[in-house]
Amino acid sequence: MPPAPRLQPPSMTAVLDRCQALFDDLAFSSVRAWKEAVPGRKAIGYMPIYVPLEIIHAAGMLPVGILGGGDQLEVIHGDAYYQSYICRIPRSTVELGVTGRLDPLDGMLFPSICDVIRNLSGMWRMMFEGKYVRYFDVPQNYQDSVGGSYYIRELETLRDDLAELGGRAITDDDLRESIRVYNDHRKAVRALYDFRAARPWRAPTAEVYLVMRAAMVLTVEEHTALIEDYLAAAAAEDRPPRDNCRVVLTGAFCEQPPLGVIKSIEMAGCYIVDDDFMLITRWLLDEVPTDADPLANLSRAFLHHGCATSAKFEPEKQDKGRFLIDSVRRNRAEGVIFVAPSFCDPALLDRPMLQDALTDQNIPYTAFKYAENSGQTQPIREQAGTFADSIKLWSA
Amino acid sequence: MSVTSTTPPPVVQKEDSMLRQKAMIAANYTALSEARDKGRKVVSTFVPGNLNELLMCFDLVRNLPEINALQNGLRKKSGRYIVEAERNGHSEDVCAYVKADLGMMLSGTGPAGAPLPAPDVLLLSYTGCFTFMKWFELVRQEYDCETVMLHVPYQGDGTITSNMRDYVVKQLKEDVIPTLERVSGVKFDIDRLRGYLAESAKAEDDLVWVLQSARRRPSPIDAYFGGVYYIGPIFTAFRGTAETSAYYAVLREEVADRLAAAKGPTTPEGELADERYRLVVEGPPPWSNFREFWKMFYDEGAVVVASTYTKVGGLYDFGFRHDPEHPLESLADYCLGCYTNLDLPTRVDILCRYLEDYDADGLLINSVKSCNSFSAGQLLMLREVEARTGRPGAFIETDLVDPRYFSPANVKNRLESYFQMIAQKRGRAAH
Repeated sequence: MPPAPRLQPPSMTAVLDRCQALFDDLAFSSVRAWKEAVPGRKAIGYMPIYVPLEIIHAAGMLPVGILGGGDQLEVIHGDAYYQSYICRIPRSTVELGVTGRLDPLDGMLFPSICDVIRNLSGMWRMMFEGKYVRYFDVPQNYQDSVGGSYYIRELETLRDDLAELGGRAITDDDLRESIRVYNDHRKAVRALYDFRAARPWRAPTAEVYLVMRAAMVLTVEEHTALIEDYLAAAAAEDRPPRDNCRVVLTGAFCEQPPLGVIKSIEMAGCYIVDDDFMLITRWLLDEVPTDADPLANLSRAFLHHGCATSAKFEPEKQDKGRFLIDSVRRNRAEGVIFVAPSFCDPALLDRPMLQDALTDQNIPYTAFKYAENSGQTQPIREQAGTFADSIKLWSA
Repeated sequence: MSVTSTTPPPVVQKEDSMLRQKAMIAANYTALSEARDKGRKVVSTFVPGNLNELLMCFDLVRNLPEINALQNGLRKKSGRYIVEAERNGHSEDVCAYVKADLGMMLSGTGPAGAPLPAPDVLLLSYTGCFTFMKWFELVRQEYDCETVMLHVPYQGDGTITSNMRDYVVKQLKEDVIPTLERVSGVKFDIDRLRGYLAESAKAEDDLVWVLQSARRRPSPIDAYFGGVYYIGPIFTAFRGTAETSAYYAVLREEVADRLAAAKGPTTPEGELADERYRLVVEGPPPWSNFREFWKMFYDEGAVVVASTYTKVGGLYDFGFRHDPEHPLESLADYCLGCYTNLDLPTRVDILCRYLEDYDADGLLINSVKSCNSFSAGQLLMLREVEARTGRPGAFIETDLVDPRYFSPANVKNRLESYFQMIAQKRGRAAH
């Protein structure tokens, strides 16, 4: 049901306070509240980077994005599950799970992103018996007759599993309606990203990030409205532009940097005009058709109208890095900042190839690593500041 | 003033099968280095889920990057290749196999000294390890050749579904085989493939017999340190050849002789006569310090009676055989069934079964920095196995081919403590 119309949009402060509260809430109180509002409601967690949210929505369930514990969670138990050399998101996710914070979730989906998240799916099955757990594989073959037919059957399995879990069938009409709702959301997200790219001084990324993080726990309808509220508030705010350089930030599609890192990059003189945070909200680049076979439509959208990222195979050698370069051109960026979590196989293995592609196009870049609980932002601020200065001095 | 020892180094003990295996690998490197002169086409492909029988149908010489990396590890070359790759922008955090391979490419020489030829086709069999996909893209950057990818879905709930099998078969039919035909100029002959698969099945029978000989006390083999030699031919460029069947027949005879004579496994310093500890090992060995690591075991009378690393190229001991009656489906099942393509609960089941079937004292996990496919989740696996079997486990950390992550004193200390723990547990049980 669409939210009731509001007489007056909330202020910027009210929007951001709400987003910050959701961001800080490691107990997932909003998810608990959503479930308690109507007995029998179910919530399904998912890890980065892509699952077909439309199917969860069509089942009447709340999709909940799990992006680790951030820098406010003390990991006590999670470290005991992992070896020394590994990223931090699985440790803090385990911590969230074993401390009961994820109890409101009735299931978890582990998408195909890397071996760590893949193996976490098996760990979850061992640790949380009775919960619905699925490793959600996606095709790396992008032909409709090959990868497409495989993917449609995987989508059917997910649909049938959720129907069983929810105790009711999921019809094609349910799916079409959910696709429509998510098309609205995609449109709103595009508007937000376009707004920021056009006027980054009016929509700083530290704010845009918080708004987008809220998508991980709110219903899609609520979040579409939240974006509209933010855009209205941002358009009304009088914020003067600064002499900052424009950068695309890439590599942070899974474990998230602390908010302080994002703020540091901006304070160092960089307007972030595109990023790959929470890619799930922008994975499908166009609207998905709402007629005919909904699963076939989702499959075609995934195969032919999806974003490029390090967790995907690039079939054509000459296309490596093209998505990133296009983003630089489209958003009139002057450089790229590679930010990647330590030990992130997809981002760090991909990085040299992307850097070569940027070099070929004379696009400057810099790179650094972080962990979700990195406490020291000063070195990052200095590096980003030097990068911004070098662009201003040498790229004119 | 430096002192030069006059004591000759000990002669390393090797069995006939080990010498044969070494000769086969050397011959493959020779075939690779002579490929251009002889007008042969070359394919680069990965080990787990490799399609060796299919590739032989197109007369392609097979180059396996992980084998190059591990050979460079054994030959103490990998350390400098890794550093070279890191100087060229590759992160210190990522897989050392990848960096050892890329560093070797920069050096211009192969593990055997001669340069390796540029491949005519890159076949990515993306099985059980995400890194393969990026490794393949990185290697592709260096060459101007055809590429083809085989995506093998992960067994997320421990089963192979018909959808997974159909997907792999369809890729073989619509992508892999047409590409290989185009590159090689050889038309695909399914009966030729059937012949190779039948040969594979023979060798697989013998390999399983050899691995299962470790159920006996004393075990006539070490299923990890010796096991990595035993799997060499069947996991790499030789599966499906008559030469490989002959190798496994010889190996089986050797092991049968040792079994009859109640002999222990052969180590680099001779027969291990006093089997004191029987272990199951999970995880790959540290190739850059392989001999040093092995010595830490046989010096203490520890024998590995079952290992999971020897299943990365196929889980034959649970019944899988290449099947000439269903050639493409059989290749699909092979790819889908490699150890690291299995979910963690299944891996735990396998480890528990090994501990029981091989009457092992405990489980040792060697967690390697490079390989999250193996390593992520191993500590939970250890706890689960301990809880289910009541047998003690131990956990050490090293790396595949990066010697910077092999700390001999720490590893030895851990192992000695573990052996003491097993002995004490045994002593308590006896009272």
